[in-house]
Amino acid sequence: MPAPPGNSAVSIRLDGCGKTFADGTRALEPLTLDVRAGETIVFLGPSGCGKTTTLRLIAGLEAPDAGGHVWFGGEDVTALPIEKRNVGMVFQSYALFPNMSVAENIAYGLKVRRVATPMRAARVSEMLSLMHLNEFASRRIDQLSGGQRQRVALARALIVKPRVLLLDEPLTALDAKLRESLRIEIDRLLRELEITTVYVTHDQAEAMSLGDRIVVMERGRVAQIGTPQEIYYHPANRFVADFIGTMNRLHGTVRGGHLEVAGGRVPCDAPDGEAAELGFRPEDARVVEAEASGDLAGTVAAVFFLGDRTRVIVEGAADGLIVVESSGRRPFTKGDEVRIALRRETLLRLK
Amino acid sequence: MNRHARRLALLIAPAAAVFCAFWLLPMVRIAVLGATGPRGLAAYSAIVTDRRYFDALVSTVALSVAVTVATVIVSGIAGLFLARNRFPGRGLLTAMLTLPLAFPGVVIGFMVIMLGGRQGLIGDLSQHLFGLRIVFAYSIGGLFAGYLYFSIPRVILTMIAAMEKLDPALEEAARSLGAGPWRVLRDVVIPALKPAIISSGAICFATSMGAFGTAFTLATRIDVLPLVIYTDFTYSANFAMAAALSIVLGVITWLVLGLARTLAGASAAAAG
Repeated sequence: MPAPPGNSAVSIRLDGCGKTFADGTRALEPLTLDVRAGETIVFLGPSGCGKTTTLRLIAGLEAPDAGGHVWFGGEDVTALPIEKRNVGMVFQSYALFPNMSVAENIAYGLKVRRVATPMRAARVSEMLSLMHLNEFASRRIDQLSGGQRQRVALARALIVKPRVLLLDEPLTALDAKLRESLRIEIDRLLRELEITTVYVTHDQAEAMSLGDRIVVMERGRVAQIGTPQEIYYHPANRFVADFIGTMNRLHGTVRGGHLEVAGGRVPCDAPDGEAAELGFRPEDARVVEAEASGDLAGTVAAVFFLGDRTRVIVEGAADGLIVVESSGRRPFTKGDEVRIALRRETLLRLK
Repeated sequence: MNRHARRLALLIAPAAAVFCAFWLLPMVRIAVLGATGPRGLAAYSAIVTDRRYFDALVSTVALSVAVTVATVIVSGIAGLFLARNRFPGRGLLTAMLTLPLAFPGVVIGFMVIMLGGRQGLIGDLSQHLFGLRIVFAYSIGGLFAGYLYFSIPRVILTMIAAMEKLDPALEEAARSLGAGPWRVLRDVVIPALKPAIISSGAICFATSMGAFGTAFTLATRIDVLPLVIYTDFTYSANFAMAAALSIVLGVITWLVLGLARTLAGASAAAAG
């Protein structure tokens, strides 16, 4: 285990933690996972994949099935309820206390801990400036925007110097622009505080930009654990490949070291006669003129101009549609005959 | 503009007529009647000066306050449980809890006698166990039990509805910050339920203030105000005094309801 960073960051260890609910549904298959001190780990997956259950196990809001243990550093916290675990929690619904002002919300954790009033006031004003909330201190919660509310929620969770920060889809309720700016703010905060953070989201862009490591989950199981780069460039299976970014799929039979698909032949090193599937990312392919040499031939089915690039949907090259991106200013129209040039080293064998 | 006003007046006329006929006229009539008896205007002050009336007022208010507090506590706990737990028979239980809504006071009085009267179940049981027959139906205890019985159904549904609207994340957030169960109840749950507590408590208080059937059936040793009005009206033919008492009962209840609504309004606005 690496030495813990400057502050009191603590590692988390889940040891065989499964969760079966009273009605018999298996929300989480037994999971063993180490989160390093100071690390930001993101649980990513569609709804019902078990990511929130995992967060709630770490928080102490749920108890793991018999045999499972949760460790904070060297301490077994499995039997501790959430109020004794010293964690900070941020919810999708903000969960701010409507009967308290902004400052009272932020101060709540210190009040529960019986921190003396002058000390409390000093810490609250510190948090208010950290989160750029100074002018809102005496506001009521219903007078704040969604972004401001979530900043208050972050301040309220952080003021108690929690051992672990737990964020449950904190940006999901915000609109796209706010989500982006608050994401940057959270990123800055997490780097600055070096606090061990568990972040749950279904948004892959959030996961990629915030996570030191990402745990992709599917139906109660871990599909892959890795850095954003590992997950994006080397997805462990089809589910991960599809869930993170866009993945084009070529399905066909191998003949003479090439995979034969509707639009042409693509190098594939598999035995003759085997049915195989290759995948590639839109940005790893180039659209070239029909006369030029390219791996796949097809027809433009749709064009989306995105400003900095153009997304071209090509049909006839494979069984399904192929998505490629063109960053040049060349215009495309529906029905254009095009060829797609692939980079061999970016082709992924999908299992 | 003028035509518009005339049309408006025409549209409002039926409602105004009903209001005058069934609210304004009887009210004025009773108010005037109260002031024109042998005591004159003093009939209104008799409620404070006359021992019998004052005692009735005090015991009615005290009983109603006690019943309201007990009802809110019992229904709050039960409502919390019913809103939070799913179990077989939950729907049936909720339906059963609200069944007494339909019972008139007489039936409730009858039930209290069956339970705590001279031949009551509790009396039989205590006789058997301790050789002592406990009879409470005809005392303030009986009134309290009866009032509690018809008040709980009126409050419990409001409590369940208010609890179900409460975001569970609020409690989880408080717990994550170190708050234990009592602290969460005090800081999160009760403030969130405050509007529901105040409004359903007010209804409960008003119903208790005006309840007649239960007290009448139990024929208690304690006079409650509605019972005093009834005896003054039917047995003593003291119409003026009965009228004055009615107005006072109405005004006191109305004041309490108004106060509760102001408080609830203020806290509802704060809760946003």
